[in-house]
Amino acid sequence: MVTTLEIRNLHAQVAANGESILRGVNLTIKQGEVHALMGPNGSGKSTLANVLMGNPQYEITAGEVLLDGEDLLEMDTDERSRAGIFLAFQYPVSIPGVTLANFLRHAINARLKAEDPESKGMPIPKFVRMMREKMNSLGVDHSFAGRYLNEGFSGGEKKRAEVLQMAVLEPKIAIMDETDSGLDIDALRIVAEGIQKLTGPEMGALVITHYQRMLDYITPDFVHVMMHGQIVESGGAELALQLEEKGYDWLREKYGQPEQA
Amino acid sequence: MVVVKRRSDALTQPRYSRDDVTTLSDKQNEPQWLCEARRAAWDVYEQTPMPHMEEEWRRTDYRSIRWQEADVMISANGVGEEVVPAKNREPLVGDTQGGLLVFVDGKVVHHEVAPELTEQGVIFTDLNTAIQEHSELVQANLGKAVQAEMGKFAALHAALWQNGVFVYVPRNKVAELPLHVVIYNTKEGASLLHNLVVVEENAQGTVQVDYASAEAEKHSAYFGGTELIVGDAANLRYVSLQEWNRETYDFSHQRAIVGRDANLDWVIGNMGSRLTKAFIEVDIVGKGSNARVSGFFFADKNQFFDLDTQQNHNAPLTTSDLLFKGAAKDNARTLWQGMIKSLPKMQKIDGYQVCRNLVLSDDARMDGIPGLEIEADDVICSHAATFGTLEEQPIFYLMSRGIERPHAQLMLISGFFDELLQRIPFEKVRERLTEEIEAKIVG
Ligand SMILES: Nc1ncnc2c1ncn2[C@@H]1O[C@H](COP(=O)(O)OP(=O)(O)OP(=O)(O)O)[C@@H](O)[C@H]1O
Ligand SMILES: [Mg+2]
Repeated sequence: MVTTLEIRNLHAQVAANGESILRGVNLTIKQGEVHALMGPNGSGKSTLANVLMGNPQYEITAGEVLLDGEDLLEMDTDERSRAGIFLAFQYPVSIPGVTLANFLRHAINARLKAEDPESKGMPIPKFVRMMREKMNSLGVDHSFAGRYLNEGFSGGEKKRAEVLQMAVLEPKIAIMDETDSGLDIDALRIVAEGIQKLTGPEMGALVITHYQRMLDYITPDFVHVMMHGQIVESGGAELALQLEEKGYDWLREKYGQPEQA
Repeated sequence: MVVVKRRSDALTQPRYSRDDVTTLSDKQNEPQWLCEARRAAWDVYEQTPMPHMEEEWRRTDYRSIRWQEADVMISANGVGEEVVPAKNREPLVGDTQGGLLVFVDGKVVHHEVAPELTEQGVIFTDLNTAIQEHSELVQANLGKAVQAEMGKFAALHAALWQNGVFVYVPRNKVAELPLHVVIYNTKEGASLLHNLVVVEENAQGTVQVDYASAEAEKHSAYFGGTELIVGDAANLRYVSLQEWNRETYDFSHQRAIVGRDANLDWVIGNMGSRLTKAFIEVDIVGKGSNARVSGFFFADKNQFFDLDTQQNHNAPLTTSDLLFKGAAKDNARTLWQGMIKSLPKMQKIDGYQVCRNLVLSDDARMDGIPGLEIEADDVICSHAATFGTLEEQPIFYLMSRGIERPHAQLMLISGFFDELLQRIPFEKVRERLTEEIEAKIVG
């Protein structure tokens, strides 16, 4: 069965101050499809990503999100993850004292235990082998595994660690929030190639980016543009090229400024 | 007219007398110098009032202790080391260690030292034996760091300590393998043990002391004294882990004297007891030395921990680095009071003093009071106490990978302590402590 994530008329606000950010987002992503999400700074792309993952910083005010017909918004964040949703964060937090390897082992075991309460988790040798393979395929140094999660990581290292986690957890729908930013040229190639390998019939992707460079590796089936908390324009791969060339002004003119709340 | 209401007939101090001092010295057949030292300490004890509202005790009310239970001297009744939980007895590394000394209810029930250490002249034995066999060596060092004058309980300790540990690493020798001491009580009541560690010039040693006791209903009291004498160019790693039962009141003085170009790496863990009042002090008396003092504590339920630390820079070109990390949950209370001092004209001093507190429930209370008294000007000193709770965004991050909330919280709290646990040089001990921390989080 092909997993489908359906976002319908989603409205969300910042919990702390009630500022409304998402103002009616509609989008359907299927396993195997690659969607690019572009749009000016502050248009609400990261907010959408975080809302889909259940970040308590945001409140849903209207709309719904269905994962294979089930209400995603009713699920806790950890359930969403185990159901196959993954978010590669734009700005991952650091977790002092918890090593990447230890963290990922717990994440895998949480999945195994959810499937089978009797499960003893993945045997350590098997886990170590799997980690090595994934690290090799992403050009990640093995010493990464023993470092505290994101603590003192460079921007590029954080992004690689996010992709490594994605590779290990094998999501059905992956949201990548500017995974291509903060990388130097070599790192960009490695990360993009890594993501390229992960995409395929098994994984649907929502790739949030400002640049075409990432899309040279993973050709999107659809490109969407978000402005002021709504998807205002959708098209094929050519839309991204068009945006790179022309910027967003033509869209601003076409759709105007939203009325102030 | 003011009616002065008399206190009830509850005991307000432990019931000891000068006769107890004489009886103890006689029973242990102690040399003259020691009998005199004990009697002098008793005089100090008698002249010193019970601590109450003076600055260092102001926030610590130990008066819930039932002295009629806690002052009864614990005496051994034939139980052996098998009563000590395996986790405390386990070798620190692999299956070898330099030595193991186990006390149960104050009595030595196990004593072994690796022959290669004995051949080098290393002494690792209980203090009573050391006094019989190496009287001069003990006399030269006992009381160098901890003295009766330091307070009421220090005086009581000096007058009535029953036994303890003597570690001696002679000049230029390296005690490669760690020495492990386990102090375990099965009975309720009072115990007073003295740990004296002497590492001579250019010598090296590693010592771990574990304190624990069986669950109990009645109150216990521990009056502890620890002296770490680190000679010139010497190197000492000392780990002390306190896991008394929840009815124990621990009053202890622990002090290190660090010579010239020497290095001290001291880790202190405070997990047990009903109440802990520990004075932890490092005196750097020789030029060019470093002392690192690391502490972790986790208080839950009705526990109360009061840790006083002091770093004294009495020589130029010295560094001290103190990092404490603690957590409190339920209605536990913790207090850390830190102080860095330097003598005048001591240049090039680098002192660091930080206590990080993680408050895990609304009813828990944690306080931290850093302090500096520096009389030199070419000095780098930083001091801070920080307070935080578990943050929502890291929890969200862990949950976003499929980890359930309670487990995410547990990982974050363990992670908070990990930096400190990594300073313990024994993997098995780190694992054991991680488990104990997790048990407190979940419990
Ligand atoms: N937690 C928050 N608290 C306050 N304001 C927020 C919060 N999260 C988002 N916002 C605001 O919502 C708007 C959208 O932010 P969002 O991060 O979703 O934009 P974005 O499209 O991802 O931008 P960028 O391309 O710069 O990453 C911004 O104005 C931002 O300041
Ligand atoms: Mg963003």
